Amino acid sequence: MIVTLALALMTGAAALAVLLPLSRKRAEDAPSAADADAVFYASQIADIERDIGRGLVDPAEAENARVEAARRLLAARRRAAPDAAMADGTFRRRVAAIIVLVGVPLVSLPLYLAVGRPDMPAQPLAARQQEAPEDMEFAQALAKIEKHLAANPDDGRGWEVVSPFYMQMGRFPDAVRGYSTAIRTLGETAQRLENLGEAQVAAADGIVTADARTVIERALAKDATLVKARFYRALAAEQDGRREAAVAYYSELLKDLPATIPLTSRIAETITRLGGTPPAAKGVPEGGAAIAALPEAQRQEAIRGMVEALDTRLGKDSTDIEGWLRLVRSYAVLNEPAKARDAYARGLSALAGDAAARGRLEALGRELGIGGS
Amino acid sequence: MIIETGHYALVLAFALSLVLSTIPLWGVVTRDPVLMGVARPAAFAMTGFAALSYLALTWAYVTSDFSVFNVLQNSHSTKPFMYRISGVWANHEGSMLLWVLILAVFAALIAWRGRHMPQRLLSGVLAVQGSVAAAFFLFILATSNPFSRVVPAPFEGEGLNPLLQDPGLAIHPPLLYLGYVGFSVAFSFAVGALIEGRIDAVWARFVRPWTLTAWIFLTLGISMGSYWAYYELGWGGWWFWDPVENASLMPWLAGTALLHSTIVMEKRDALKVWTILLSILTFSLSLMGTFLVRSGVLTSVHAFATDPTRGVFILMILIFFIGGSLALFAWRAQTLRQGGLFAPISREGGLVLNNLFLSAICATVFVGTLYPLALEAVTGWIDPTNPSKISVGPPFFNATFLPLAVPLLLAVPFGQALAWKRGDLLAVTQRLVFAGAAAVVITILTFAYTYGGPVAAPLGVGLGAWLILGSINDIVTRSWRSGATLSTVLARAAGLPRSAWGSAIAHAGLGVSCIGIAATVWGVERITALKPGEKTELAAYTVMLDGVFPRQGPDYRETVARLRIFSDGQEIGVIEPGRRVFAVRTMPTTEAGLMTVGLGQIYASVADIEPDGRVGLRIYWKPLVLLIWLGSVVMALGGALSLLDRRARVGAPVRARAPVPAPAE
Repeated sequence: MIVTLALALMTGAAALAVLLPLSRKRAEDAPSAADADAVFYASQIADIERDIGRGLVDPAEAENARVEAARRLLAARRRAAPDAAMADGTFRRRVAAIIVLVGVPLVSLPLYLAVGRPDMPAQPLAARQQEAPEDMEFAQALAKIEKHLAANPDDGRGWEVVSPFYMQMGRFPDAVRGYSTAIRTLGETAQRLENLGEAQVAAADGIVTADARTVIERALAKDATLVKARFYRALAAEQDGRREAAVAYYSELLKDLPATIPLTSRIAETITRLGGTPPAAKGVPEGGAAIAALPEAQRQEAIRGMVEALDTRLGKDSTDIEGWLRLVRSYAVLNEPAKARDAYARGLSALAGDAAARGRLEALGRELGIGGS
Repeated sequence: MIIETGHYALVLAFALSLVLSTIPLWGVVTRDPVLMGVARPAAFAMTGFAALSYLALTWAYVTSDFSVFNVLQNSHSTKPFMYRISGVWANHEGSMLLWVLILAVFAALIAWRGRHMPQRLLSGVLAVQGSVAAAFFLFILATSNPFSRVVPAPFEGEGLNPLLQDPGLAIHPPLLYLGYVGFSVAFSFAVGALIEGRIDAVWARFVRPWTLTAWIFLTLGISMGSYWAYYELGWGGWWFWDPVENASLMPWLAGTALLHSTIVMEKRDALKVWTILLSILTFSLSLMGTFLVRSGVLTSVHAFATDPTRGVFILMILIFFIGGSLALFAWRAQTLRQGGLFAPISREGGLVLNNLFLSAICATVFVGTLYPLALEAVTGWIDPTNPSKISVGPPFFNATFLPLAVPLLLAVPFGQALAWKRGDLLAVTQRLVFAGAAAVVITILTFAYTYGGPVAAPLGVGLGAWLILGSINDIVTRSWRSGATLSTVLARAAGLPRSAWGSAIAHAGLGVSCIGIAATVWGVERITALKPGEKTELAAYTVMLDGVFPRQGPDYRETVARLRIFSDGQEIGVIEPGRRVFAVRTMPTTEAGLMTVGLGQIYASVADIEPDGRVGLRIYWKPLVLLIWLGSVVMALGGALSLLDRRARVGAPVRARAPVPAPAE
């Protein structure tokens, strides 16, 4: 509201600054060219007189200069036609006034609404820190850790704690430094190497540098299942122009990823762009796309087949909580409450040792209305 | 609220610049005084809104409002207050806002000082100034908006480029921009005059103070930039013929030529067409400098090609204004009345010679700066020895700049001594005999004193002395008459117009810089690695590494090497060059250690610290080096004195009628 008012007032002020002079009946008493000429040459002659008075110039030379100035003054007077009396300019001035009155808001308001954020208040840091104690605590904690690390630069654990925050804040070089120190002081692990590699790539604006590649290869040598490291290995191949290797790496990675992760669709796109055929991600059953294309009845049939396959895989005592959740939900969606209840019960007993997983399954049960309680 | 108000003010300033560039021009064409009367209030209003916008951005920096993307990218909550203010222009978007603000302020100043200008000329000039402003407002809004917001706002910014966190750089860009943009006034006057079709000595008198103002600021700006590079980049050099430096040198050379040609125009009503062309070219070179620095084309032509939005936009502005004004020039120049002819041996003849040399030098720098760029653009060739900086390098400039500059400098005292209209070269030579003889004696003495040293240095010192003595000679011959008592001579000297003093001082300043530059040849450079306690000899001094220790600054860590300086066994001082690592951007910067001895300096910078504790050092003895910058300050002072001359303040017309109340502003 206040913003709207301010914008309106400013627009008004801008238009008014131009409209006021336009509304004047006669022009302000502006000097004409002839006036300016007269003043100029008169002052030039006065300068010459002054110089003569001080004896700065030779009198004959001064006389010459004075004559020349006077001659030019006369010439200028002759040349300057009197500013022709204006034909009635009222119409023209009205047009100009309308152009300004309409034009200024017409240019500025749409332009501002396109680029500006009138809804957004200013957010000075001091005020925000008062208003947001949680973030303040975080900032303070970070500052404290950083102070501690400045004094104890070899505290690898400290660096390991703080580095993920650096990554989130976009302070990639700091994250690289942090992870390197952690590796140097605490030793190499696959996880640390993977994190360092990721930080190096981020610090290089997404380019997998030679250093980053070495680190990533080392991480994969320790643990070949690392997802991020495998992604960066594929990206490195892609950036090097090794198309086939990139497709192979990406495809292999995609097979192991649950389809629910947003990254899978991007990897699939990349593979297609590189000229490969993306395999189905894990969890999307083989030929998921093909199923979607089938007629309604056949599709139901195909889905039913997949759900049963899942059921068989889980059996009685699998501890795959994601699998159980998906199975229960699938039966509910397929409108088979009996099977859903059965799967639910089997899941609960299979997950007896895992309270957290049981909790999640029970929550789903309550949601679907099949829970015991 | 403040941020968005500032953002909207920027948009309104753009709208007003459109009004300013059209309605008054309509008035000029239709000779309607009311429409022309819009020019001044519109200029004031545009400037007011631009200033409001700039203040809002400054406020965002001061309060660390990280919801503004520009602040987020270039500031940090630990940044000292002063660098929050200067941080506004230490990045692309903010510096463009400052650029256009200065442009607007010049428009407002013309409007304020121009009450006594012929209304048609004033309106034309302001309209042109407004159209340049409109182009740059649009550029900012379309490609470089400093008011872009971030949701949600982070709690910490990314920090200022550490190289820029330095007092020298904090004030260098505004000075440079005041110079660059100041030449827009000469441009607007030139185009305004071409539109009006009337140009004469009066025009020259109106435009001269503006050219002089811009020239003073540009002189100081270049000088400040050179000093900053000298002590911050740690190479010990003060001029690198870097394209960025050349980009500021070219408008300076053209502007210096313009300064001199307007004098001819004012005094003799001649050189009109040339002066108009020079006004256009000077500002064109300023625009080109802005393009070179701001488009990213200097990093690499290819870097420019990958994100060409900004570069192409500035290029369009460049083509529109340079092409447009030159086309207008080609169309209207014949209609301008030619001034009188004049004798080659005369003050005006000398000034033409000055213009020829300065233009030739400027053209040389232009070729040297743009040729490698053009080559890279066409063939993809990059200098393998120096891929990051594209330049033909100092050898080219030394081989072309000096042969043109030296004759010009030799001729300066003659020009100062020549009379208008018909000069007498013989008489002038006679009057300069003493100055010339003294300069030769100084050269020989310097040569004898430094016998065995380089020959170039005494020659350069002699040239500098010749310029200084020539200026003294100018003042003396103007005030001295045979038989006059000393007190009359002094009274006459004091009574000389300030512009006479101004030009004498400015030319003497040139001589001072010249001596400083010549003395660099005597410099001593020592590249060495020292352990604590070890010593090295440097000219007449002994430098001892006392120790290396860490130090904590407000937002950086520093490794400092403490060096003790001895002269004849006496300790004369301690310098502490260091390497700083800024917490936020882990980018090291060198801090040179400087000790001033007389007019020379001992300069040390830390190259690296080796594992065995030895410190790699570059140590220089730079005799008289301060004269380089001192000379440019003297030149600027001369310019300022000339600006204070009565004649630079165009007299108010004596109004015949009773004054009408001034319009509300």
